[in-house]
Amino acid sequence: MAKMKMGPKAKNPVKTLKRVLKDVFKGRMIIIAFILLSIIVTSLTTVYASNFIGKFIDSFVEPMVGVINPDWSGAIDALVKYGVVVGISVIFSYLQAYIMVGVSQGSIFKIRNRMFKHLEKLPLSYFDQNAHGSLMSRFSNDTDTLNQLISNGLIHLIQALLTIIVVFLALIRNSWQLTLVVFAFIGITLFSTGTVAKKSSKYFINQQRSLGDVNGFIEEMINGQRVVKVFNYEEKSKKDFDVLNEKLRVAMTQANSWAGSMGPISNNIGNLQYVVLVLVGASLAVGSSGAYTIGALAAFLQLSKSFSNNIGQIANQMNSLLVALAGAERIYELEDVEVEENNGTVTLVNLDKDGNECSEKTGSWGWKITRDIVLNDAFSVKRDIDPELFSEPESVDESEWKVDENGKEYRYVPLKGEVIMKDVDFGYVPDKTVLHDISLYATPGQKIAFVGSTGAGKTTITNLLNRFYNIKDGAITFDGVNIKDIKLEDLRHSLGMILQETNLFTGTIKDNIKYGKLDATDEEVERAAKLANAHDFIMMMPDGYDTLIENNGEGLSQGQRQLLSIARAAIADPPVLVMDEATSSIDTHTEALVQSGMDKLMEGRTVFVIAHRLSTVRNSDAIMVLEKGRIIERGTHDSLIEDEGVYYNLYTGAFELS
Amino acid sequence: MIKTLFSRVRQYKKYAIITPISMIGEVAMEVLIPTLMALIIDKGVANGDMAYIWKMSLYLVGAAFMALTFGVLSARMGATASAGFATNLRHDIYEKVMDFSFKDIDRFSVSSLITRMTTDVQNVQNSFQMAIRMAFRSPVMLIFAIIMVIRNGSELAAVFAIAIPVIICGIILTFSLTKKYFERAFKGFDKFNRVVQENLNGIRTVKAYVREEVEEDKFRESAENIKYNFSKGQKIMAATHPVIMLISYTCMIAISYLGAKIINVGNMETGELMSIYTYTGQILSSLIMTGMIIIMFSISWPSMKRIAEVLESEISMDLNEDGIKSVPDGSVSFKNVDFAYKEGKNVLKNINLDIKSGETVGILGTTGSGKTTLISLIARLYDVTSGSLCVGGIDVKDYNVHALRDAVSVVLQKNTLFSGTIAENLRWGDMNGSLEKMEEVAKHASAFGFISEKENGFDSRVEQGGSNFSGGQKQRLTIARALMKEPKILILDDSTSAVDTATDRSIREALNKSVKGMTKIIISQRISSIEDADKIVIMNKGEIEAVGTHDELIKTNEAYRDLYETQTRGANG
Repeated sequence: MAKMKMGPKAKNPVKTLKRVLKDVFKGRMIIIAFILLSIIVTSLTTVYASNFIGKFIDSFVEPMVGVINPDWSGAIDALVKYGVVVGISVIFSYLQAYIMVGVSQGSIFKIRNRMFKHLEKLPLSYFDQNAHGSLMSRFSNDTDTLNQLISNGLIHLIQALLTIIVVFLALIRNSWQLTLVVFAFIGITLFSTGTVAKKSSKYFINQQRSLGDVNGFIEEMINGQRVVKVFNYEEKSKKDFDVLNEKLRVAMTQANSWAGSMGPISNNIGNLQYVVLVLVGASLAVGSSGAYTIGALAAFLQLSKSFSNNIGQIANQMNSLLVALAGAERIYELEDVEVEENNGTVTLVNLDKDGNECSEKTGSWGWKITRDIVLNDAFSVKRDIDPELFSEPESVDESEWKVDENGKEYRYVPLKGEVIMKDVDFGYVPDKTVLHDISLYATPGQKIAFVGSTGAGKTTITNLLNRFYNIKDGAITFDGVNIKDIKLEDLRHSLGMILQETNLFTGTIKDNIKYGKLDATDEEVERAAKLANAHDFIMMMPDGYDTLIENNGEGLSQGQRQLLSIARAAIADPPVLVMDEATSSIDTHTEALVQSGMDKLMEGRTVFVIAHRLSTVRNSDAIMVLEKGRIIERGTHDSLIEDEGVYYNLYTGAFELS
Repeated sequence: MIKTLFSRVRQYKKYAIITPISMIGEVAMEVLIPTLMALIIDKGVANGDMAYIWKMSLYLVGAAFMALTFGVLSARMGATASAGFATNLRHDIYEKVMDFSFKDIDRFSVSSLITRMTTDVQNVQNSFQMAIRMAFRSPVMLIFAIIMVIRNGSELAAVFAIAIPVIICGIILTFSLTKKYFERAFKGFDKFNRVVQENLNGIRTVKAYVREEVEEDKFRESAENIKYNFSKGQKIMAATHPVIMLISYTCMIAISYLGAKIINVGNMETGELMSIYTYTGQILSSLIMTGMIIIMFSISWPSMKRIAEVLESEISMDLNEDGIKSVPDGSVSFKNVDFAYKEGKNVLKNINLDIKSGETVGILGTTGSGKTTLISLIARLYDVTSGSLCVGGIDVKDYNVHALRDAVSVVLQKNTLFSGTIAENLRWGDMNGSLEKMEEVAKHASAFGFISEKENGFDSRVEQGGSNFSGGQKQRLTIARALMKEPKILILDDSTSAVDTATDRSIREALNKSVKGMTKIIISQRISSIEDADKIVIMNKGEIEAVGTHDELIKTNEAYRDLYETQTRGANG
């Protein structure tokens, strides 16, 4: 069953509403003013219109009964005036509705974009831990209900509130005693609808959660349906589904029952109020000997009816308000998740021949480092591992420091591709370390291979280099700069990743290759494809480079997908390359292509490779043998063979098999 | 189609019937209460008649209580009926889809099935809830009000004879103007969802290439499209309410003017005119309500159609529930088998192959040579197009499909783990499997090591799609899961591609040693994986090119020899 992360238990509708209002109306003062004006105009017109009929009958119909040759001009004048007033109101009402479409669609658009933008910045662990179905539903379901709230609910609420205020003033002027009665009933109404609302909102949250569960389950099962069939798991899966489905049904029924009851409850409390008012009012009128008239009581009753109607209106709107707020809460919950840590200040810049920063692409890169960045933090690793290679870091010539317009001192360090890991510990969850004391270095252009049994931590190590995950302890440096000090985007730009699983996006083949370099020309795309040995198969496709890819490359073989992945990395042309080899699931012809593509790509770069192929391993400058999250052996192929350790066994084992 | 859907109300039918009835009760009270209130004022308060006031107040309290009861009842019944209906729909679609054969799955795409079960069901549920609560109310009120108008002042009915057609035309016009925008917007949602989904799945690629902004642009574009079309449609819709107000005010003016003239000649009482005003309001509002219901329905119409399409589709494979329930042995025999996914395009041609029970068979061939298709037929994931296929000496079609698939365990190439625990995943193969059994199969699949290193062992969590396991670990878990079935035939479709050669070897050794008598069919790209098989089948363009042992093929088959040499070259130097 899909696991769902729910936010803190204490749901806070008021706070959420405030946030929604801010989202919708902030910076739209003119629109708010107009909407309020429009609400006032339309509300007053409604009152005017309902009074008009009585007056019309009193002044123009009753007096005319039986009159021969009546003069209708007065009546016509009145009707024309009436027509003008309601005409204005109609125009206002249209403009209001028209504007609100823009406001609500605009807000939803803004919120969706903002949420997506935030999503893209979340750490990978968030994606690991949250069911995709539940994340998806925030973009569709939850924003939809919010849209309803903005486009309808809010206006109705404001309208009702406004009327309540106006009517309230009239009530007090009429009779304070009766107003007290009304107040008592407001208390009762608020209490009972409040109780219902509380229940209802609890069930609505339940409903949304169950809906997420059901949708998550559906997504997972439909995606894995072939496996379901192979295992005759249909019946069990149907049963599991029924359990979730039934839970959803109960939650939905409860939520909608309570929400639907709110209207009748408040309406009929209003009716009771009417009875009490009549009784109290009548005794007042009878007892006060003329101070309080029957006419006044009639008017009060009329007003109080409109008063409780509007309270009822609010109660009704509360229903959709709660649904929407439950959804909004989930949206904000996502937006409140902390984004990837990205405090680095060191940036990647293009350097010209003289080592100065320039805007055009020169192919030569450098790190722009300010004075406060401490370099060479992990340099001692080299000495520990290989004393011969160690040389004290060169001291920086003072003249290299430049000053920018903010008075900050900075200098450029050329990007070479030297990577050092020092005493790195890491765990996906805080209290469980999966990598221990990893120390290694790669000098520019070196090829480092990781070997070891599955689950030894090879993939994990490579995921730390580009900060997919943050290390717990120790340090990783890139050309002497701690990767934490490098701006995340620039760090990732400098590292090419070929993941074990190739993700393709809907679009053409060309688009997918250009993912590595957005402004690449067609020639560059072709060159990259040729380097990756992907050109030939692409040319066999119906539309060549313009062939449309859908559903993550449905119809392409595993090997073809890998070739595209290599082409994508090739066009990005990064100085450091991280590769998770996954070549064994493709046919031999393609494998040969992949292998030679990869080899070409690796030339002249610092490469970290999770190796499955012997040839890759043998050609590496250094081999790290991993077991249970530790480096247990390191060296070149020859030295490791000589040592006759784990690698030797692995290698000879593999040798026997090949 | 309507019948297909609404027959699913089933056990909630009584709720679906009670809802409109209690709604009518509520409406009756709604009409009654204002009358009582008017009486209290006009006759009681005006005359200072306390006794009358008390009497009427009591009635009013009674009516309010009834209204409350009806109101709460209709809310509860309506909620029960519509939630129940939606639950039934979801249940039925789910059952249907679960019963789909592979061919049926190919026909509907996964994402469209998901949309049908989620968004579409919700749309239908919403219109259903509205229908049973509102659809009766408005027309009843409309008819009632029209009758009253005709009875009270038939001359004035002429006003409605103009107004009603105008409103109907307005509704039709609005509908036809907005239709295309809403359709486009809903289509836009497909793209919108796709972008989100692709990002969730490919987030590592997005982040590795720092393409967040590109994705944001894509997202914005699709969100923009939805916004544009919805705004267009809704802006047209925005005119409806004011226009209706305009019509109703115009009616009021017309009725006032004409009414005054009629009363003047003495053909009508003032009181009657007053009540006609009230009915005017009722006629217009119920007309609008009816129009809205129709629009709501037409919006959910495509959803209804898509759901019905699934429910009405025929399962393309007969499961032969009454077929033979046990598979005698693990032998497989293909006789002149042809197979085509699409008519006329054979992907397997004239396959003849005999596999004895307990044999190990390797299958080799380039991508697209038909290996996966070949093994799919054995578990009857697809039916052969022509020729015959026997397992245990009996035609696969004569078995109960479930019995056949229990005996033939296929580890699919594109395999999935499900969220839950490791144990839960393994128990897919045997629902009552003991811990000992799980340990044993995990050992055979070389998975025991990493499982036991986990803090919670077999109770460790598996995230959706097994995302917290490496590719090789996932593959070993899926092999273990397949072994839980204790199958007569085990088929591995390139199932060890992500594990290293040493582990691959130890899995094969464990299988040979411990699970004797099981037929093993192994598709692999590595010769090392199939080298010691009893029989190696080389596939080429949907045909069997050669069959033989490793030694035979090395001698007779050039392609095989080449392959062998390429694969061993790396090791030899």
